Amino acid sequence: MDFEPSEEQALIVDQVRRFVREEVWPLEAKLDPDASHVEPEDHARLVEKTRAMGLYGLGIPPEFGGPDVDIVTQTLIAIETAQHRAGLYSPCYGAFGGAGLAQLYEANEDQKERYLFPMLRGEKRGFFGLTEPSGGSDPARAIRTKAVRDGDAWVITGSKIFISGADGADFGIVFARTDAEKGRGGITCFIVDADTPGFYVRRVVHTLRSGHYGTELQFEDARVPHANVLGEVNRGFAIANDRLTRQRIPYAAGCLGVAVRAQEMAIDYAKQRETFGAALSTRQAIQWMVVDNEIDIRTARWAILAAACKAARGEPFRTEAAMAKLLASEGASRVVDRAIQIHGGYGVTKDLPLERWYREMRIRRIGEGPSEVQRIVMARDLFDQALY
Amino acid sequence: MGVRLEKPWRPLTPEAIAALPAELGVFQLGDAAGAVVRIGYAGGRTLFGLRSELEAALAKQEATKFRTEVTAQYMSRYEELLMVHKADHGQLPPGNAADVRRRLGRLRPG
Repeated sequence: MDFEPSEEQALIVDQVRRFVREEVWPLEAKLDPDASHVEPEDHARLVEKTRAMGLYGLGIPPEFGGPDVDIVTQTLIAIETAQHRAGLYSPCYGAFGGAGLAQLYEANEDQKERYLFPMLRGEKRGFFGLTEPSGGSDPARAIRTKAVRDGDAWVITGSKIFISGADGADFGIVFARTDAEKGRGGITCFIVDADTPGFYVRRVVHTLRSGHYGTELQFEDARVPHANVLGEVNRGFAIANDRLTRQRIPYAAGCLGVAVRAQEMAIDYAKQRETFGAALSTRQAIQWMVVDNEIDIRTARWAILAAACKAARGEPFRTEAAMAKLLASEGASRVVDRAIQIHGGYGVTKDLPLERWYREMRIRRIGEGPSEVQRIVMARDLFDQALY
Repeated sequence: MGVRLEKPWRPLTPEAIAALPAELGVFQLGDAAGAVVRIGYAGGRTLFGLRSELEAALAKQEATKFRTEVTAQYMSRYEELLMVHKADHGQLPPGNAADVRRRLGRLRPG
């Protein structure tokens, strides 16, 4: 099996690749090596260009104003947009926009007016509040934040951790237990306004990502109107689960993009750098590292595109997405590690992006479900087991 | 590491700065009364880390005191210190008002 992009896809990929190299790389030459944001005027200029390309708002369904770009093409684009220093977690510094909280596309009309449309217009920002101190890999059991019905409202008590963007958000999608006896059938999804009394961002959680941080949230009898229940009461787990599966494809594509760029750098450097009178590229030890990189890259690429193609055909793709996420995050980690080894001392300096990718890639093996959970997901499908 | 940078202030003098490590990290500049006048960081592009940033502050006579914290997570720690200051004082230090051009998060530290 091989994947050959269509003529249109190849043109788009080429266009995005040039955008990254001609517009984003020069900006990064001046930014702090750990920066995750560009100046507002630079961001506006980048967005103007992606709008001109017809690619702004990738991931937003066309009926909500997004470009009509299929998931396979979006995946090819995601591989390209990650190919710069901040690309793993801030691809092109947000110049392609984003779908925001995809769960809101399933919201009722009132909720769409209050949250979805303002989010798409860039007037409101949201966060996704799932993980708790008790765990993130098994949300069905780990969610201890509880919501109790009180008249026309729900009273939420508990905490969340590792939540990105909550400190700057206007609202969040928060999962809470509404029935202690029903496991995953006892979780409800709420839209919580950030100014709700009793809700606050308690602390910053510093991680290997210096430019991004997680936050810890506290809910102390936070009163949320029943009108802010997203979907149905006790059906929130399906909302979380759907997002986790879909998100694995672009997540994997970002890992692959970084690996592709690290490999390019490794090959370029190996051709230039001489040791003991010959270029590194002539040394078998280096050649094998580069070959092993290529094996990891191509394996991940096939898996990612297989998942995207199945999703595009409307077929079940949970196993494929899990496999892609596992292969890409683990394979790209190895590629970056080998690229550092080839670069020697320079590889671990902030002069090059490799050290940042090395730190951030470590998180990718945990985020959106660690490798072990991906194996559980695949095993369930292989043994045809229901979720337990 | 506490949420707030609560180390003792040191005089912003050439001698004190020379004794600093050339490491990445965050710093606070203070006035004679001990009020924070600016929060900053020494990032990956500084020549000599905290030392370079504080030499620049001394040259501009921005403050009379300083305190530092060496950290590789200088970006997230810098934002955290700004948010904590705003939570404690209702506004950013005067030297940061123009620095923060994008929306700063809200924090309610214990």
